[in-house]
Amino acid sequence: MNFIQQLINGLSIGSVYALVALGYTMVYGIVKLINFAHGDIIMVGSYIVLFSMKSAGFPFWISILGAFTLCAILGVVIERVAYKPLRQAPRISALITAIGVSILIQNVFMLSFKPDPRPFPNVIDGNFGIGSINVSYTTALTIGISVLLMILLQLIVKKTKVGKAMRAVSEDEGAASLMGINVNRTISITFAIGSGLAAVGGALYSAAYPLVDPFMGAMFGLKAFVAAVIGGIGSIPGAILGGLIMGIAESMTKAYISSQLTDIIVFGILIVVLLVKPSGIMGKNVKEKV
Amino acid sequence: MKNNFKYTAFIVLLLLVTYFVFVFLISSKTINNYYQGILMLIMINVMLAVSLNLVTGFLGQLTLGHAGFMAIGAYVSALFTKVSELPDILSFVIALILAGIAAAAAGIIIGIPALRLKGDYIAILTLSAGEIIRGLIIYFDEYTGGSRGMKMIPAYSNFSNVFWIMIITIFVIYSIIHSRHGRAVIAIREDEIAAESVGINIVNYKLFAFCISAFFAGVAGALFAHYNTLLDPNNFDYNYSIEMLIMVVFGGMGSLTGSIVAALGLTALPQILSDFSNYRMLLYSILLIIIMLFKPSGLFGTHEFSIMAIGGLFKGKKSKTKKRGDL
Repeated sequence: MNFIQQLINGLSIGSVYALVALGYTMVYGIVKLINFAHGDIIMVGSYIVLFSMKSAGFPFWISILGAFTLCAILGVVIERVAYKPLRQAPRISALITAIGVSILIQNVFMLSFKPDPRPFPNVIDGNFGIGSINVSYTTALTIGISVLLMILLQLIVKKTKVGKAMRAVSEDEGAASLMGINVNRTISITFAIGSGLAAVGGALYSAAYPLVDPFMGAMFGLKAFVAAVIGGIGSIPGAILGGLIMGIAESMTKAYISSQLTDIIVFGILIVVLLVKPSGIMGKNVKEKV
Repeated sequence: MKNNFKYTAFIVLLLLVTYFVFVFLISSKTINNYYQGILMLIMINVMLAVSLNLVTGFLGQLTLGHAGFMAIGAYVSALFTKVSELPDILSFVIALILAGIAAAAAGIIIGIPALRLKGDYIAILTLSAGEIIRGLIIYFDEYTGGSRGMKMIPAYSNFSNVFWIMIITIFVIYSIIHSRHGRAVIAIREDEIAAESVGINIVNYKLFAFCISAFFAGVAGALFAHYNTLLDPNNFDYNYSIEMLIMVVFGGMGSLTGSIVAALGLTALPQILSDFSNYRMLLYSILLIIIMLFKPSGLFGTHEFSIMAIGGLFKGKKSKTKKRGDL
C-alpha cells in the first residue's frame, strides 16, 4: 500500500514537473534556446498567487488565472527584450543572456520581498480514501489541473491554426515565414503559453510544498528541464513522460533510499538517458545540415 | 625573434618585480591579513577564470559545473594532506597533483556523455554534474564532514606558492592556446563542421580542453582548501560556477588577459565596497544581459592586453605586437 501511496505522490509532483517541462520543450522546439529564466517564472507565479490570496483575498482559482496571465506577459516581455535581438547570434550568447535574466529575476524578488521563505496559504484541506490509500485533495487537484492543461495544450498544438503555425516555425522558421506565418507572433505566443503553464506549475507546487522563496525556481526549473531532456526535447508527450518519470523517481528515492540522494539519482537518470539515447526517450534524431 | 626574446625577458622581469613587491609588502605588514586573504582569493579566482575561459571562451562550450571540479580538487587534496605523514612540502605537492588528476578524471567522466551532444546539453549536463558532486560530498559525510564542513585542513597555501602556481596555470593555458592544439580548439569554436572536415577530431579536442580546464580548477580548489583550512560544500554551488562565468564573460570570451583583469576586479570590488554586495548580483545580471546584447564576445572580446602596446604608446610609435601570437 505504501508503494501505491508513493506512486500517487510521485504522479502529483511529476505532473507539476511535466507542466513546467512543457514550457521548456515548447520554447526549445521553437527557438532552440534553453530558457533558464523559465524556472524563475515558476517562482514569480507562486508569489503572485501568494499575494493575491493573502493580501487581496482572491480565491485560488482567480489567483491562478491572474498568475497565468501576468506570467504569460512576463514571458513575452523577456523574449522581446532579451532573446529576440539574439536570435541570429551564436547559441552561447543567448544562453548567457538567459542565465542573466534568471539571476536578474531572482535578485529583483530577493531585494523586494526579502530572501526568507514565506508560508503559502492552504488551498484545500482534507483527504479522501480509495480503499486503504489516503489521497489529499491537494494531490488530486494538482493531478487534475495538470491533466486538464496537458489535454488543452495538445488540442491547441494539434487542432488550431496557432498550433499549426507553432509546429511549422519549429520545423523551419524561414519556410514558415515564406508561407505567410508571422514568426515573431508565433514565438511570442509560445513564450506566453509556456510561461503561463510555468506559473500554474509554480502555484500547484507551492500548494504541495507551502514555502515560497526567491530561489525556489532555480532547482525546480533545472529538474523540469532535465525532465524535458529525458523525454526528448521538442516533444510534448516526451515532456509529460519525462516529468512523470522524474516525479516518480524522486518520491521513490525519498521513500526507499535516502532523501539526500534524490538530486543525485534524478541527475544520474539524465546522464544515463543521454548516454543511451542522446535525443531523449521520445526525441527525434535530427541530422545537422551544413 | 630577438624582439620576442626581449619581450619574454621583460615579462619574466615584471613578474619577479611584482612578486617581490608583494612579498616585501606582506612581510613588512603593509598588507595585513585581511588584504592578504583578498589577494589569495583573487589569485585563485584568476586560475578558475582562466581555466574556464579555455572551455567557454576558446572552445565555445558553455559549462556550468566548474565549481564542482574545484570542489573535487579541494576535497581530494584535503583528504590526502590530512592523513599524509610525508613532509609538508612533499605532501602538498602530491595533494595538488592528485587534486588536478581527480578533477580531470571527473572532467572526462562527465565530458564523454556531454561532449557527444550539441552545445546546449553541455550546459545542463555540467550543471547537473556540479550538483551531483556537491550531493555526493554531502552524502559521504563520514569522510567529507558533509554539510557541517571539513575542518582542520593544514594551511599550506601561502602567497608565494599560490602566486607561482597561478603563473604556471596561465602560462600552460597560454601555451596550449598558441599551439597547434589550441588552434584546433579555436577552429571548433568558429565552425564545428568546417573543423571536422579539415580533419580535426572534435570529440578528442573537446575532451582535451575540458580535461585541462578541469585539472586547473582542481588545483585551484586544492589551493583554496589549504588556504581556507575549512571546506563547506555549499561554497561550491551553482552560484559560484555562475560567478566564474561572469568573470569570463566580462573579461571577454577568448581573452586570457581579460579573464585575469575581470577576476581581479570582480573579486576585489565587493570586498572593498561592502554595501555593494547586496546589489552585486543584480548589477552583474543586468550587465551580463547588456554585454550579450551589444557585444556578444564579452567586454574585451578576444583582445589581449599587451604591455608592449602600452610601452609603444609611451614611445609615441605604433606597437609592433599586432600579431595574434603575441601577448
